[in-house]
Order: sequence, then structure tokens, then C-alpha cells
Amino acid sequence: MLNIKNLHAAVEGNAILKGINLNVKAGEVHAIMGPNGSGKSSLASVLAGREAYEVTEGSVDFDGKNLLDMSPEVRAREGLFLAFQYPVEIPGVSNINFLKTAVNEIRAYHGQPPMPAKAFLDMLKAKQKLMEFDANLMNRSLNEGFSGGEKKRNDIFQMAMLEPKLAIMDETDSGLDIDALRVVSAGVNKLRSKDNAFIIITHYQRLLEYIVPDFVHVLYNGRIVKSGTKELALELEEKGYDWLKEDIRLEEPVQ
Amino acid sequence: MTTIVNNISFLEQIDQAQLPGERRIALERFHQLGGFPTVKTEDWKYTNVIPFLRNGISIDLPAAPAVTAAQLEATGLLLPDTYRLVLLNGVFQPQLSELPPASQVTVRKMSEATEEAAFKQYFNKSKRLDEYHFALLNTALFNDGIFIETKAKAQVEHPIHIIHLYHNTHNLLVQPRHLWVVQENASLHIIESAAGLNLGDTVFVNSVVEAVTAQRAQLSHYQVQTGGSQTRNINQTLVQQHGKSLYNNYTFTLSEADLVRNNLNVSLDDERTETHLYGFYIASGTQLIDNHTSIDHRMPNCESNELYRGVLMDKATGVFNGKIYVHEDAQKTNAFQQNNNLVISPEANIYTKPQLEIFADDVKCSHGTTIGQVSEDALFYLKARGIGDAQARSMLVKAFAFDITAQVKIPAVRKQVEQIATRYLAATVNN
Repeated sequence: MLNIKNLHAAVEGNAILKGINLNVKAGEVHAIMGPNGSGKSSLASVLAGREAYEVTEGSVDFDGKNLLDMSPEVRAREGLFLAFQYPVEIPGVSNINFLKTAVNEIRAYHGQPPMPAKAFLDMLKAKQKLMEFDANLMNRSLNEGFSGGEKKRNDIFQMAMLEPKLAIMDETDSGLDIDALRVVSAGVNKLRSKDNAFIIITHYQRLLEYIVPDFVHVLYNGRIVKSGTKELALELEEKGYDWLKEDIRLEEPVQ
Repeated sequence: MTTIVNNISFLEQIDQAQLPGERRIALERFHQLGGFPTVKTEDWKYTNVIPFLRNGISIDLPAAPAVTAAQLEATGLLLPDTYRLVLLNGVFQPQLSELPPASQVTVRKMSEATEEAAFKQYFNKSKRLDEYHFALLNTALFNDGIFIETKAKAQVEHPIHIIHLYHNTHNLLVQPRHLWVVQENASLHIIESAAGLNLGDTVFVNSVVEAVTAQRAQLSHYQVQTGGSQTRNINQTLVQQHGKSLYNNYTFTLSEADLVRNNLNVSLDDERTETHLYGFYIASGTQLIDNHTSIDHRMPNCESNELYRGVLMDKATGVFNGKIYVHEDAQKTNAFQQNNNLVISPEANIYTKPQLEIFADDVKCSHGTTIGQVSEDALFYLKARGIGDAQARSMLVKAFAFDITAQVKIPAVRKQVEQIATRYLAATVNN
């Protein structure tokens, strides 16, 4: 589904990603871990198409198409979803209107007519129930005055509505208390299927107790330095990242 | 003595000595101020009105055609559940109007209201009136307008919707004059709309409203400024608030007029008043939209709150000036002011100036001004959900605007204003 080859990216001339290779297949959940500043969130931003990031080398293939050629909205319409580390508050845009616009723009891209109002509302209700999302939040402005947890839950709710092929979750667990973490994780697990895939970016192993990954990768200094199964996450939890940094220093020439 | 100023022809033809008392005094004062303001006049620095007053502009009203109900309907301005007062070039048209019950509200032509006690008490008495060039000219030369007075304690069921229609055959300066008095403990909503009717040439409207809220009275005043590119508007609203009264003003400038200047002055003449001023303007093309507001806190324990927002596009210019005077006696004043502008085009301009003058020492005042573009973070968030660039921008601009329209308490007015704004933005934002 997603094939990243030798991806390099820079922000204002500073190299941030220095040769990422990653292959994600339908049905898989990949976790990306790593210390602060290793490039985890940058990878999410590059994949979603944030303009500040300049891709300097490499390729990203998304279901047979060149992802890097697409604008952010086309990536979303092709089925890529970014759950934001910091979902944005947009006063004056109602949650429900926003979702209706998004659903219908995605449908239009695929040559489908707008969803009838009744069908949209039915879908909204069904997903609210599935995601345990507070219906009162639907009529408010997008994320305005929402708590940190409510914003993250809103992002996951949007994911349920838009039914992406590939969801990238950028530190969705940061700022969540244990109850919110449980609800968000349960939501993600309900959306998992053999047809979609997830990339879960996180600092901590805690989230991975709820959303069990198929693969765990460690990102350090703009590169994936170690890959393994879910046991790797436990090892990181136990030992921290320093032992990896030591290993890398031994392997690499001084920069 | 006739002083020739500004080289504007109709002024030269007025025989000042022939004008009756108050009118003559006003014209003399107008000339003392130097006649029409130029860009050298501080409050008119960015707004040059002189070019709009040339080309043989005349104050002679054309013979007014009878307006039909169908023409009125076609303006698209009619609102449900309102009393309706229709004016043509400032002159009341009873055949198209639906009056509020006379037991609650007195409605008269200004020209027929001079014997009303409230007229004698309040007409031409507004503070600061003699500081404004256009208001003085209006006092000197106004043709007619509408006098409204509620009885004390009247809770008027529906809003009064005033529809100003303008018609001309030549370049015309029309000067309507109104006086509205809401008596003690009464409550009233007034909505103003405007439309041109078979305009044969440009029309310059120089309008003055004097409004009074007596003790514990409440007046909500909506100005829905629409109209085509052939109109130019100078609107002066002078409000006097008595103790514990409430005045709300909503000024929406959604017209294609080349020039709109709104002067809104509120004088808080007694204690414990409350004032809310909301404004929203969209300027496109080469339009110039100028809002000058002033609030005089003269007495203690009054609260005023002002929020104006604007969207500037193309080569348009916006001006905002918000004066708040807190006079020496006005202790415990709460005064808040905010002006936010979205400047969408690199060639658009906004001049914004909050101006607080505080002479009391125990007050809470704040003001803020922002000038910016659509938030890149918000734009990316919307795009990341599949919403295209044009659609996302227009959603964000609408959101910026609808924060103001959400303050409108009459659903039909809110709906109409949002529809007009949406049409306007759809036609211009992504050009």
C-alpha cells in the first residue's frame, strides 16, 4: 500500500529525514518510535504534504501512485489520513458542516454524487456510537474549546467517517489520560481491517498495549535504525533509547 | 455671507440667508469647519470624498415614481414577521408600509413630526453633531425621513424594518434625516436595509439617524448595508443613552458601493448603560469602506463592547477608527474593543486605529487590532481532510465573518445577512 524508498526531506535547508525506507501492506499496523527530535512527526508531515517540508530525495508510492506529486487534499481523497499531534481549533466552522464538506469533496473526487442528507446523518449517528463520540460536540465549532482529549477523539471520529486506506497517527496518545487513551485505542481497533493500514507514531510503549502493532521501527536522526515486532517496543520501554544510540555511534563514522 | 468651499457647484447655489434658523446655523458651522472634509482633515485622511461630489451633483430630487409592491418584493430584502416602513429618497411611502400598533409606537414623517414633544426635546440635540461635516450639511439641507417614538413600557412585538429605496435620473445627493426615541422601559428592534430602484446615475446618500434610549429602554439597531456600485453612502448614527439603557448596533457592509463611510457615535449620558457594537465589512474591487466609531463614557458604571471584522480583497481599502473616551467622571467603566481584518489580496489596504482616551483612573479598558491572512495551520487541517484549497479558504473566511453574524438575535436577519455575505464571498474570494 505504501512504499517509502530512501526518503530525504529538509525544512529551511536543514536535513530532517535522511533516507527512510518503509513498506506498509494492507492489514498491517506499524509503530514508529524514537526519541525527541528523531524525525517522527516530520515523517508524518511529509507524508501528509505539509508545505514547509521539502523532499530532497527518494520516492513514496501510495497504491501505485506517486504520493509526492499530490497536493494534501488529493492525498486525503486518495485515502491517506493524518491524525494530528495538535488538532487545530477553527472557530466558526461547525464540526458537522466540516465533515459533510470533507465527505462530499472526497466523493466528488471519486466521481460520486454528494451523499444525501439522511444517509449522512445516519452514518454520523452510527459512527458516533461506534467511536463513543459525544453528539453534543458535533454541533460546536471545529475543536473550539475542546479539551486535549476531545480534540484527539474528534480526529479519530473523523477517521471513522472518512474511512481512509492508510491512517497515520502522529503522537495521538500525547496529552491523553488513561480513559481517553482507552477510548481512542478501542476506536482504532474497531476500524482495523484487512483492507486498511495504520502507522502509529508514539513516544511510549503504553499506546501499543492497546493497539498492538505488527511491526515496530525505531527512528533516530532521520533514519530507521532498528525494526522488529512488538517485543521491540517492550525492550525500548525497559532500556530506553540510549543503548540504541550507543550501537549507532559504534556503527557510524562521526558526523 | 456665503463662503465658496471645495468648488462644488450645488453648494454655491444655496442662499444661506434664506434657510430657517437651525438649518442656517448648521450650514454656517459646516462652512466654519471648512466645508467638505479633505484628506487633510484628520478623520478623513484615508477617505477622499471630494471626487464623488463633483460631476454636477445636484440636491434637487427627481419626481418620484410610484413604487409597486412587485418592485419592493424584487429587492429581495423583505423579512418575515416585521413591521415595514418603506422610504423613497427619504420620503415615507405609506401605501407599501405596515405600521406597528399606534398604541405602542408613533410613526411620522420627519416633516410632520415637528410638533411632537420628543421631537422638540431631541431633534438636532445630539452631542458632537456639530463636529461632523456631513451631519451638519444634513441638518441644513435634509429633505425628510422617519420619526419613531415608542410609548413608555412598550414591548413592541415585531422589529420595525425600514427599507430605504433610492431613485434618480441624474447624479443626486439625497439627505434623509431620522429621529428614533425609545421611551422608558420600552424595547424596540429596528432593521435598516437599502436598495437602488432604476438608478439613472450615481446616488450619494448622506443620512443621519439620531437615536435616544430613555431610562431602562432597549434598542437593537441593525444596519444591513447593501446596494449596487452606483451608490455612495455616508451614514451618521448619533445615539444618546440614558441610565440603565441598552443599545446594540450591528453594521453589516455588504454592498458594492464605491464609498461607504459609517460614523457611529454613542454618548453614555447616565449610569449603568450597556452598549454593544458589532460590525462586519467586505470590500472588493476598488471599494472604500470606512467605519469610524466613538463611544463617550461620560458617567460611572457603564459598559461598552465593540467588535468589528473585515475582509479586504482585490484593490479595496478598509478604514477602521474606534475612539473610546472615558471622561473624568466615568469611574468603573468597562470598555472593550476589537478589530480584526483578513487581507486576502496583496493589493488591498486596511488602515486601522484604536484610540483610547482615558481621564478616569478606576476603569477597565482594552483594545486589540489584528491584520492577517487565513491561518496556514487551519488551511492545512482542512486540506488534510480532503477539502480543496478554494473551498477551504472560503470556509475560513466565512467562519471569520460568521462569528459576528452569530451575534444577531433575530434569526431571519441573521439568515439574510449570512446569505448575502455567502453570495458576496462566493463571487469574490477565490477570484
